[in-house]
Amino acid sequence: MITFVLPNALTPLARGLGTVRVEHARGTVREALATLGERNPGIVDRVLTEQGDVREHVNLFLGEENIRFLDGLATPVNDGDTIVVVPSVSGG
Amino acid sequence: MAQQKKGRRAGDVLVLVGTNKGAFIIRSDRKRKSWKIGKPHFPGESVYAMAYDGRGGRHRLLAATRNFHFGSMIRTSDDFGKTWSAPSRQNVKFPEGSGLSLVQVWQITPGPESDPGLLWCGVEPHALFESRDRGDTWNAIPGLLNHPHRPKWTPGAGGLCLHTIIPDPSNRQRMAVAMSTGGFYRTDDGGKSWKARNVGVRAQFLPNKYPEFGQCVHKVVHHPSRPETLFLQNHWGLYRSDDWGDQWKDVANGVPSDFGFAMQMHPRDPDTVYIVPLESDEFRCVPEAKLRVYRTKDGGKSWKPLAKGLPQKGAYETVLRDALTADTHDPAGIYFGTRSGKLFASNDEGGSWSAISEALPSIACVKAAVIGG
Repeated sequence: MITFVLPNALTPLARGLGTVRVEHARGTVREALATLGERNPGIVDRVLTEQGDVREHVNLFLGEENIRFLDGLATPVNDGDTIVVVPSVSGG
Repeated sequence: MAQQKKGRRAGDVLVLVGTNKGAFIIRSDRKRKSWKIGKPHFPGESVYAMAYDGRGGRHRLLAATRNFHFGSMIRTSDDFGKTWSAPSRQNVKFPEGSGLSLVQVWQITPGPESDPGLLWCGVEPHALFESRDRGDTWNAIPGLLNHPHRPKWTPGAGGLCLHTIIPDPSNRQRMAVAMSTGGFYRTDDGGKSWKARNVGVRAQFLPNKYPEFGQCVHKVVHHPSRPETLFLQNHWGLYRSDDWGDQWKDVANGVPSDFGFAMQMHPRDPDTVYIVPLESDEFRCVPEAKLRVYRTKDGGKSWKPLAKGLPQKGAYETVLRDALTADTHDPAGIYFGTRSGKLFASNDEGGSWSAISEALPSIACVKAAVIGG
């Protein structure tokens, strides 16, 4: 089981929930997102571009580490992990 | 005068304003003397393109929203903005394998009356999309998506944007688009192939000042009654073509600067065009800090300033490429918005102006619509 924690802006796409759990024992962040997208494609659309890259101003944290500083979408995940979707603190 | 539901009357005017902080729907009656400004739609999201589609007996608003974090999409409203569609999926999406991802939508253009389901949108990075279901779903036009010039198109200050779409009302096979940078392109075979049509248009910023393509065209307009005659506001340069862009000639006759973004055709007179010159491509504010719209009534032979009611001292204003528009009343209403959030209106074709608001967020686009019966 992988738990995705969503920012407020994405909860309308998850029936108002702030967390979504998916059955996913092991693999990579990319594979976990693909599993998430099976039932929640709109969330994945907001996190990844249509070419499958993490959007520029979106961060994915595996535990407390930003996956940009790990192996990106190829970062391994394991049963029980939590992936937090964090919008960049930026803008004007 | 037909009374419509919820107090709307045929002839009412909607001014749709897209800003970097959301969209505003502003309404008046046909006199256009007082205006009602609604609350912001999509607060916090930038809106660079809006449109009103009154074809097929509907009243549909379209807005291109860009969330700084989570991407862009086109949303629709069939109740004048009371509710908006909220697509769960990104509805303007580059095809897999293209290597391209949508940044934002720059233009939404309804198709002909005879095909009320058809619309186009222009996007960043440069591409033209088509919808055949009134704007709910969109697909890229392959002929332009796979154009051999694509690797050499480069971004202007606004990005790699396709911002202008000009269908030929008399020939469904012909259409033109303009891009910054890239220039002016035309198809004569329904979008299968596109040829650069920039002969005579200067590329001030390139070593070769007159290349086949690569010009930074800011806006092109034409009148449906004379579709072959086009007016083009360039990144330095003001041009006219009388053969659908095969040749362009300079018509910067009497303007204080031939740099600018915005350009608008009069709704009935194909010789009357409005522009807002800017001082330079570095400063990008109106010349002499005087906010003036310029108008030609003779197809570009001469341009005259329209300044009555506009600030003529200390006005460091910029009007972007899609922030000048006209309604279809007689006399026509002319509207424009500035990057500093001021929205001006004229109900006498530019003879005099008044501010609808001076405190909106930075304005990216302004579109006007007259509500039909």
